[in-house]
Amino acid sequence: MRAEEMSKLPANPERATLDGKNKFLGFWFFLGGETVLFASLFGVYLGLRNATNGGVTSNELFELPLVFIATMLLLTSSLTSVFATMALKTNHFKRMIGWFVVTALLGLAFLGLEIYEFNHYVHEYGHTMQSSAWGSAFYTLVGTHGAHVTAGIIWIALLIFRNMRRGMDLYTAPKFYLFALYWHFIDVVWIFIFTVVYLMGKVG
Amino acid sequence: MSAHAYKKKNPIWDWLTTVDHKKIGILYLVSGAFFFLLGGLEAILLRVQLLYPEFDFVGAATFNQLLTMHGTTMIFLAAMPLIFGFMNAIIPLQIGARDVAFPFVNSLGFWLFSAGGILLNLGWFMGGAPDAGWTGYAPLSTTSPGNGVDFYVLGLQISGIGTLIGGINFLVTIINMRAPGMTFMRMPLFTWSSFITSGLILFAFPALTIGLALLMFDRLFGTQFFAAEAGGNPIIYEHLFWIFGHPEVYILVLPVFGMFSEIIATFARKRLFGYSAMVFATALIGFLGFMVWVHHMFTVGLGPIANSIFAVATMLIAVPTGVKIFNWLFTMWGGKVSFPTANLFAVGFIPSFVLGGMTGVMLSVPPADYQYHDSYFVVAHFHYVIVGGVVFGLFAGFYYWWPKIFGTMLNEFLGKLHFWLFFIGFHLTFFPMHFLGLMGMPRRVYTYLSGQSLDEANFAASIGAFLMGIATIIMVWNIIQTAIKGKKAGNDPWDGRTLEWAISSPAPEYNFAQTPLIRGLDAWWLEKRAGNKGMVPAEPLDDIHMPDASILPFIMSLGLFIAGLAAIYSMWVIAIGGLVLTVVGMVIRSVIDYHGYHIHKEDLPAEGGKGK
Amino acid sequence: MQMKRWKNVWRFLPLLSVIALTLTGCGNEQLTALLPKGEGAEMQFNLMMLSLYIMIGVFVVVALIYTIVLLRFRRRGEDDNEIPEQTEGNVVLEILWTTVPIILLLILAVPTVMATFALDEGTDNPPEDALVIKVTAHQYWWEFEYPDLEIKTSQDLYMPTGERVYFELASKDVLHSFWVPTLGGKMDTNTATVNKMWLNANEPGTYYGKCAELCGPSHALMDFKVIAQEREDFDAWAEKMQNASSQAATDQAQQGEELFANSCIGCHAVGGEGGNTGPSLTNFGDREMVAGILEHTDENIKAWIAEPGEYKPGNNMPAFGDQLNDEELDALVAYLNGLKVEE
Repeated sequence: MRAEEMSKLPANPERATLDGKNKFLGFWFFLGGETVLFASLFGVYLGLRNATNGGVTSNELFELPLVFIATMLLLTSSLTSVFATMALKTNHFKRMIGWFVVTALLGLAFLGLEIYEFNHYVHEYGHTMQSSAWGSAFYTLVGTHGAHVTAGIIWIALLIFRNMRRGMDLYTAPKFYLFALYWHFIDVVWIFIFTVVYLMGKVG
Repeated sequence: MSAHAYKKKNPIWDWLTTVDHKKIGILYLVSGAFFFLLGGLEAILLRVQLLYPEFDFVGAATFNQLLTMHGTTMIFLAAMPLIFGFMNAIIPLQIGARDVAFPFVNSLGFWLFSAGGILLNLGWFMGGAPDAGWTGYAPLSTTSPGNGVDFYVLGLQISGIGTLIGGINFLVTIINMRAPGMTFMRMPLFTWSSFITSGLILFAFPALTIGLALLMFDRLFGTQFFAAEAGGNPIIYEHLFWIFGHPEVYILVLPVFGMFSEIIATFARKRLFGYSAMVFATALIGFLGFMVWVHHMFTVGLGPIANSIFAVATMLIAVPTGVKIFNWLFTMWGGKVSFPTANLFAVGFIPSFVLGGMTGVMLSVPPADYQYHDSYFVVAHFHYVIVGGVVFGLFAGFYYWWPKIFGTMLNEFLGKLHFWLFFIGFHLTFFPMHFLGLMGMPRRVYTYLSGQSLDEANFAASIGAFLMGIATIIMVWNIIQTAIKGKKAGNDPWDGRTLEWAISSPAPEYNFAQTPLIRGLDAWWLEKRAGNKGMVPAEPLDDIHMPDASILPFIMSLGLFIAGLAAIYSMWVIAIGGLVLTVVGMVIRSVIDYHGYHIHKEDLPAEGGKGK
Repeated sequence: MQMKRWKNVWRFLPLLSVIALTLTGCGNEQLTALLPKGEGAEMQFNLMMLSLYIMIGVFVVVALIYTIVLLRFRRRGEDDNEIPEQTEGNVVLEILWTTVPIILLLILAVPTVMATFALDEGTDNPPEDALVIKVTAHQYWWEFEYPDLEIKTSQDLYMPTGERVYFELASKDVLHSFWVPTLGGKMDTNTATVNKMWLNANEPGTYYGKCAELCGPSHALMDFKVIAQEREDFDAWAEKMQNASSQAATDQAQQGEELFANSCIGCHAVGGEGGNTGPSLTNFGDREMVAGILEHTDENIKAWIAEPGEYKPGNNMPAFGDQLNDEELDALVAYLNGLKVEE
């Protein structure tokens, strides 16, 4: 039965139903709102990035190798989620789940690095949310991104757990597809964070 | 999956769990009306305090709470939900849809809004309401003692999320759910303007979310965003607030522009003059709305270059707005205009709003604004726009669509009395305020000294406010009377032009038994002129798919309400518990399948949605 | 029936403006922006009038069409079933009411931009000989410092007439806004940045100043005065301020001075000595008002010292009603009233 249904799925199962189309479009709009959200945070950060209140500066604080590894982890996870989406579009359920598992694991590793990084800053440098306006802006911007990563990992874990046994149909395909969209968005935001926060903090 | 759609439900449970856009519309309208009365009461108290110079009625501290809550309530808890109420009640009918795109999200949006609204007002009973103005400028808001501002921050944050997802729902609904033949350029103006408003909500509210979040961090977690002594800068908050705040003005006013366009056309028995110009003007106003926020900040000290650029951008908005005014006038030109209450408000709106627009252009001149800014001149201006525009529009829409939403007719005599008292009271209140501002009265003052020539105009303004209060009581009386013994309304009491008048009043649960085929602008008017008794169906009669009701939106909102309230008192365990409740709601929603149910074609009433 | 109602409205609208104007005139001469008494306020007033005239022109056109529509195109009775022609629009008209407003706005925009820059002229680099005054706003009082003259005062701002005086504006606590309507528009006082502007008074006189940004419960009461004098009078005043003595003249005042030294000097400075969390009182005896809002009488001074929160809710001065008896209050008043530089 399942196998039969799977073979009957159309080419782009995520947009085959009106429900799927609505979700697809609605989620793009949601990401538009998220863009404004992060743009506002970036604006705040740019306004306060030199407000160190006499404390440690970004140039002294950041260690690019660590951030580079984190960036690579997240970029790779974006690539694996593309593989997952390709599997989704060609109705290869097991392969899709596999790539999403890899994506989530890479996300977890990224998150681990970020927690290490924050911990390091707080305990080695006394750089906290309260120590300066720059500290407030830094932890809020990077932390909001981290919270998005966390939410993404919980989301995909739940989706995999729920749908492992029942496979793919027109009802579940949009759900997986939206997660992939979300994950790309998070990745793009991180590229901006890497540039605006870390590179400009080191160079500018 | 349940076969019997018509089984008896407990009414309270039904309203808590409904995902029917018409019922959610009524929920929005009822709670919006409640908050409108509350905000009006606050306004009356403000005007009593300002009746006489150095008068002592509520005192300074309470006055600041009242002015903050009046503004916040009217904007976020009255105008917004009333607009969402009309959008919910009318838009799916106007585009020939059975439902909105996301019924569950729609319901969640309403319950989040009400959770936020209640949380915001709890301050009154728990040690003081917010007192830093509806703008909540830091550092006054970050250093305000007590918990008042926390209620503001968290209440608005929660209701803001509701508004945002509501906006997304309508964007998708209007793009994806239109009936066959309902092209974009055949959409009624109310749908068009609501579409653009939803876009503005999507791009404006996240800036407020961030502004409020930073205020909350500064207040609750000791961050330094707005603390100058640690390098923070309160101007950042002003930018964030107005990047949201100026589009918010258009979020409120564009949908009522749409309402006026339909009401004026209907009662002039004429097609809207310059339909495509109207659509384009609406879109242009929405677009320019994001480019002008600095005109709220001319006196902040951003320099002459920034001030000049934003001044010219602001002036530009007058052009599409003027286009609209002239198109309304020429819709009536050559028409057969009748004046039931709905059209009285629409026609009364035109000169009132033009005055507000005039002062708007005057305010866009930075050097002159250095005088007007934060004076009563500004108070006069934005009330001319918000009351003369938005409130008149909501009243017009209320009298116009009441029969479609509730199936009865409001009393026209009481309606006209309401209009005249309100119209006179409105001008009596706000016209003298222009002069008060120019004569040196700053806004948000709880008193003024005698001997500064401010007494007479303040007295007149207060009397006008009382008149508006009486007018509102008459409207409430009208509603009660109509609810008790209102005359039944037909399908099409106003000889309407748009699709909602083609179906029964109130609309059936499924709106259209058969999705209609749209054959042009003013679809229903065209069919009537062609001698047809109903819309031409675009599909054969079949089973109708309906979404499942759900209590989860209520529970998820309750979770955020608990989290917000606990966070105000730093009870972090309870706060996390509230958040967990919300997340569990999301997980349940995600894990359980909702496939909806079907109303069988055999169960449909004989005439279906064809109307009479 | 309806016709009559409409006529009432038309009578009502102009009537209202007439009422508002005749009842109040143009406002209080020392406060209103409608009777400008300074270079900046005049520039601003002229722009107000220019924009008002343009807008009245637009309003007249709208009102004319509106009146014709309401008179000519109403439905005649219930059985008037005529269906009017369903016009789609008119391209020529649309172009007309798009381009004419653009032209009108251009007429407004050019002088607007010019004045915006003119009002900012020189604020970053005031001329060498210009007077610069640093304004610091506090909840709920104003501090005026003349860095070149080494004078500090509060509540009463002295400035010379006939020249541009340059201001550097900042705030110590929350945002406020510095506004002297008769002399020029307002400018916010921020906590993290310093704002600059100039004012120029045409003629000597006393002008009222206000705080225009909500700053707490007593925002309404954060008034100050601008005392504009001819240049030589101002110079004379400045010299007297520089040499102001805080010596008490009588025995009673002597007692007051001791009390002041014990209780008040931590916050209030006299002649440069003392704290600066409260207004400096060097020329307190010259002030027309106590705390900016109360008439300058002995009774009011005593009442203020005893219970300041009663008059300016939420202000930072502690109440001294419990600590000082009547005799001590009298002494303090005598001392304070002796602190003056003018005759």
